[in-house]
Amino acid sequence: MSDPIITMRGIRTQFGPKVIHDGLDLDVMRGEILGIVGGSGTGKSVLLRSIVGLLTPAAGQITVKGIDVHRASGREHALLGRSLGVMFQDGALFSTLTVRENVEVPMRRLDLPAGVRSELADLKISMAGLPWDAGGKYPSELSGGMRKRAGLARALALDPELVFLDEPTAGLDPIGASEFDRLIRGLTDTLGLTVFLVTHDLDTLHACCDRIAVLAEKRVLATGSIDQLRRIDHPWVHEYFNGPRARAAMEQTARKDD
Amino acid sequence: MQPATPGEPSPDSASPPRFSATLTGECLILSGPLRVQALSDPAMTRSAATIDASAVTALDTAGAWFLEKARRGGCKVTGLPQELQPLLRQVAASWPQRPKETGPPRGSLRGAVEQLGRHVGAAIASLLALVEYLGRFLAALARALRHPRQFPLTSLVYHCQAVGLNAVPIVVTISFLIGVVIAYQGAYQLRAFGAEIFTIDLVGIAVLRELAILLTAIVVAGRTGAAFTAALGAMKMREEIDAMRTLDIDPDQTLILPRVLALTLMMPILALIGDIAGLFGGGVMAWAALDISPAIYVARLSQNVDVTHAFVGLVKAPVFGMLIAIIGCRFGMQVGGDTESLGRMTSASVVAAIFAVIVADAGFSIFFAQVGL
Repeated sequence: MSDPIITMRGIRTQFGPKVIHDGLDLDVMRGEILGIVGGSGTGKSVLLRSIVGLLTPAAGQITVKGIDVHRASGREHALLGRSLGVMFQDGALFSTLTVRENVEVPMRRLDLPAGVRSELADLKISMAGLPWDAGGKYPSELSGGMRKRAGLARALALDPELVFLDEPTAGLDPIGASEFDRLIRGLTDTLGLTVFLVTHDLDTLHACCDRIAVLAEKRVLATGSIDQLRRIDHPWVHEYFNGPRARAAMEQTARKDD
Repeated sequence: MQPATPGEPSPDSASPPRFSATLTGECLILSGPLRVQALSDPAMTRSAATIDASAVTALDTAGAWFLEKARRGGCKVTGLPQELQPLLRQVAASWPQRPKETGPPRGSLRGAVEQLGRHVGAAIASLLALVEYLGRFLAALARALRHPRQFPLTSLVYHCQAVGLNAVPIVVTISFLIGVVIAYQGAYQLRAFGAEIFTIDLVGIAVLRELAILLTAIVVAGRTGAAFTAALGAMKMREEIDAMRTLDIDPDQTLILPRVLALTLMMPILALIGDIAGLFGGGVMAWAALDISPAIYVARLSQNVDVTHAFVGLVKAPVFGMLIAIIGCRFGMQVGGDTESLGRMTSASVVAAIFAVIVADAGFSIFFAQVGL
């Protein structure tokens, strides 16, 4: 639980003259659910995209499982690809494939019989909390919440060690969102995942996360549990964790624990 | 689920243990990490009465799936280490519930007949949908004429430019080349009879009656019909059309009316331009290949080729224009939420529009033959 699976050192990201991150350091420990919070435009999704290798930072080093993401050889890239699963904001499912085929896509790299692949895909779809008949449907026939679940099923297709979730509960109704929180927590515990979770949802932070990192002022301002962060003297962090919504989320968690 | 026996200590952890599956008698003995890669092991596909999983060191969902599937198939699974049990329980709990298959099986005769019936039904429905869109267009036109202030004039002018003016170069080029080809082929064939002069009649009648308008319609179907489908389809995909409805903006009036009206108005003009370009091409070829001077060409054309030929050609133009535009709009509105259907509908729209134009042209031919034009 203590060794870092992702380390980021001195990350600097910029688009033209606009600097998003400057001197950002962050470690993600093996087996934890790390929540990333921050105001709009603080580069939460940008950070996620840098770690999975979709964006190259202007400076700094990101290592995942000891491999430098942006200087990896082809073989190391393939190794990394197998141990990562990413769920994008709206699922980013391939619209021309059914949900089952979407979940099978990561498995195509392995030498599995077609029947095994489709039955495994059905199991993942069911584990993500989708009904049986969703597998044969196209993404356009699903609701937003179902698309997110299908996206999660695809991210988990190969039991990756590391899962990246980009706003998993955004746009879900509160019941659907808390079901999703339980799903993430439950899957993490049984599969032993490490989860990098970008969210705005305070309920999700309470229900899921072991540790929270706050992005502000172009770097990681603080990390820690909610209780630790609540005591930090910074206007944005204070407002975020002590605002009316934060209190409501806390009370709800407290009631659940009773 | 089998009663769990305490997990054995994992073997020498210095080197990562490799997965192995050995079948001894009726018992499949698994050892090492049972992960998704293990499923491609040939020994895993054999059937066994019991599975001994006591030497399994690691498990992922795929491995748990294998054990649970074997268990459901009537196989005894024994000895899975305690710490790996929760995953197996989770997999068993969320095992997909397969409902009973309904409907006739695929590949049977009944299935084939059903498929045929569905296709015929879909074809009839799509024909009816065209009539529906014609009706929507006419209703929108009537409403716009009753309330002239709601008439989308700006949009109409814009589309007239896009489908009319901007299509002139390609229509001129193609009609000119067709005139050249007809004149050249006609001259070559008619020379054998010493009747080269009839080339002019041939070019005049063929271009004016059929070729200029038909080729213009085909070019417009590929150019404008496809553009209508893609534009409306993209708007449909991004829910713009739904947004218009909620804002009480009538898509029939703002989207379909200006497009269909613009193409209906522009098509005769394009056809006339095509006629002129085709006759010009024929004239150039006659001058170059047959030494028929432009003066003789024009004189013979006006003497021998009746103006009814031009009339017969041009009267078809608005009908073709309306057909192409309505088909383009209708297929655009059929686009669903995915990118695949946009491409499918765009190509279907072009095929349907060209098909409809040729069928309508055949209908016109029969009609004009009956009335003696």
